[in-house]
Amino acid sequence: MQSKTLSHLRQLEAESIFILREAAAEFSKPVMLYSTGKDSAVMLRLAQKAFYPGRIPFPLLHIDTHYKFPEMIQFRDWYAKQAGAELIVHSNEKALSQGANPYTLGTQKCCSLLKTRALLDALAEGGFDVAFAGARRDEEKSRAKERVYSFRDGQGQWDPRNQRPELWNLFNGRHNQGENIRVFPLSNWTELDIWFYICAESIPLVPLYFAREREAVERAGSVVLMQRGMRLLPGERPEMIKCRMRSLGCVPCSAAIRSDADTVPKIIAEMLSFRKSERDNMMDHDEEGALEMKRREGYF
Amino acid sequence: MLDNSLDTFVQSLMGDSSGEPDLLRFITAGSVNDGKSTLIGRLLYETRAVYEDQLVSIQRSGMNRSTGPVDLSLLTDSLAAEREQGITIDVAYRYFATPRRKFIIADTPGHEQYTRNMATGASTAQAVVVLIDATKGLLPQCRKHIYIAALLGIQDMVAAVNKMDLVGYSEQVFNDIAQDFKRFCELLGIRNACAIPVSALKGDNIIQASSRTKWFDGATLLEYLEELPVLNSDYSKPLRFPIQCVKHHDSGSRVFSGQIAAGLMQRGEAVTAFPSGKRARIKSISTFDGETEYALHGSSITIMLDREIDLERGDLLASDCHLPQCAANVATKLIWLDSQPCQPGKAYVLKHTTRTVQARVSTTIRRIDMDTARSVPALSLEMNDVASVSMETSVPLIFDPYRQNRTMGSFILIDPITNATVAAGMIEGATADRTTGFSRSLVN
Ligand SMILES: Nc1nc2c(ncn2[C@@H]2O[C@H](COP(=O)(O)OP(=O)(O)O)[C@@H](O)[C@H]2O)c(=O)[nH]1
Repeated sequence: MQSKTLSHLRQLEAESIFILREAAAEFSKPVMLYSTGKDSAVMLRLAQKAFYPGRIPFPLLHIDTHYKFPEMIQFRDWYAKQAGAELIVHSNEKALSQGANPYTLGTQKCCSLLKTRALLDALAEGGFDVAFAGARRDEEKSRAKERVYSFRDGQGQWDPRNQRPELWNLFNGRHNQGENIRVFPLSNWTELDIWFYICAESIPLVPLYFAREREAVERAGSVVLMQRGMRLLPGERPEMIKCRMRSLGCVPCSAAIRSDADTVPKIIAEMLSFRKSERDNMMDHDEEGALEMKRREGYF
Repeated sequence: MLDNSLDTFVQSLMGDSSGEPDLLRFITAGSVNDGKSTLIGRLLYETRAVYEDQLVSIQRSGMNRSTGPVDLSLLTDSLAAEREQGITIDVAYRYFATPRRKFIIADTPGHEQYTRNMATGASTAQAVVVLIDATKGLLPQCRKHIYIAALLGIQDMVAAVNKMDLVGYSEQVFNDIAQDFKRFCELLGIRNACAIPVSALKGDNIIQASSRTKWFDGATLLEYLEELPVLNSDYSKPLRFPIQCVKHHDSGSRVFSGQIAAGLMQRGEAVTAFPSGKRARIKSISTFDGETEYALHGSSITIMLDREIDLERGDLLASDCHLPQCAANVATKLIWLDSQPCQPGKAYVLKHTTRTVQARVSTTIRRIDMDTARSVPALSLEMNDVASVSMETSVPLIFDPYRQNRTMGSFILIDPITNATVAAGMIEGATADRTTGFSRSLVN
């Protein structure tokens, strides 16, 4: 017994739980951003574990752009209920009623209205002082320096020069009224860790992650699913393609890949066999990536 | 078949006994141009290829995997580009894994703010890889890096004597540097110091043993990192369990959540609560995955006690056989992190384990010159200064000295006005109680 150690996944799990509990204890009104994606799914499971045998002591917040895949919405409602968590859904109704859409606004502006603005409004309306988000440091090079506790100014913006040093496991959550902070419990997880954990814990995922025949068109090397709100380009004709999504986002900005991987182990195997950044197949950006938008204006 | 073999592999990843992949955190230290980016790039690139090949072979036999030509510069270039952006007050975390272990590298680039960055990275690291340029030897800058690593409690130090290709893979050059390195480590009381001749550029002794250093029979850098016993595997240490939160269970009794900071917790074990001094037994250890008989160091758990005692966030449960210390006056090593200098006598907020109190820095400060490791009296502390100071807290701290237990011996200071984290501290022990009435003045 003397030389036992926690396996690396158990250690990551224990650290994430520690972070969730610290922030829940030190902030007055936490909320968890829930995108329905795989990282959110893991974060939600960790929250269940952190507060077991109690319920998750804060609500989940989903920013609905109205351009999400219907499967994401169905899954969201089902899973939040399963986890016994309160779910808040927020949309930028004003922009939507004014007809905000990616085709006329361009994806960057659409995003800034339907995602970023909606998120900041939802945080302000709810009076939330801390928002848990599922971003990981290995996602993008620019994230490698992100803190676990990431401070936002009154406008919700991130100033890389004004972040607090984080030593040991001593997180400094002190903040003034009106300031809020993002907490990233999955900071030290890699994409592979996330998949291994999903596999080991049998965490349910949105079916879009798994390969099956879907109605789609091939466009600029990507597989684009036929969905409500999807516009065909001249000459395009939908066909049945066996495919899956590597990241979930809005319908007009998400592409699938051709794949036969219909189970988590097969997804892991496939992922290892073509190791591209998970971002490669995003035409624009995805769920948690909303914090650092990549632009590809004019794709459509 | 495919699913089964991977399932078995993943189940093994979730285990908690030796032989399964564990986690090692280390930090890399080096001056600009010693080759740190190249070294990290090589580790990331080569281990990724190796790791993924092995994983894939677990899952698919004969799957054709297109491995393009190794383009190390791509990885290193991006690291270098980051540095050029000029934001050096940071630590970048990077990840790689082998089938035996997952690694987290704290990479602290640049000269500026080096102490602050390195201290941050080293605070959670078990080991340090010190880059030494073989053409330059052990420069004062290297000594400083080693000093900071030692200060933060790192006991496993490996010198990567780099650019061996530029000195003709000379055994003599390596031996001289290795000797200097080991001697300096010894001076600082480091238990495990070793040196490896490498060329980050050519790949010698990073992953595979080099044929160009036949005279060297030690481990390669990766072998060293893979074989290092993980620090927190020592369960002979006395139990320490800082309380993170207290909740009422449906049954009406209270449950206590936290992460085990040392030792092993067993159901039925007798524990003492601090600060109350009350004793109780562990009635149950529960996790989402069920009740367990015992929980290892590092586990985040929720427990029930066999009787109702005073216990709240910030309190501690400790093993009955070996109690922690309790004092409001402590001798510490302090690293100043903020651009506003330290104000002795001012009340700062101090966070120690899960407990937040008020504290002030004594007026007797001895600043440490990291080049000579000698201390001189000082009136204040500026950013990146390291000093011996005593602290007085509003309520007593329940601690173990930092060198015995990092979690139980570390704290941060927070400025109550700006909310900035201004200092990192390490408790050395209690000082003679010279109460100045501070604790009473704060409490009342
Ligand atoms: N000859 C030789 N050059 C190296 C070696 N390692 C790094 N370099 C070179 O030294 C320079 C600085 O390396 P870099 O990794 O950027 O250093 P850093 O500033 O410590 O990150 C670059 O030109 C590298 O190609 C080595 O083992 N041998």
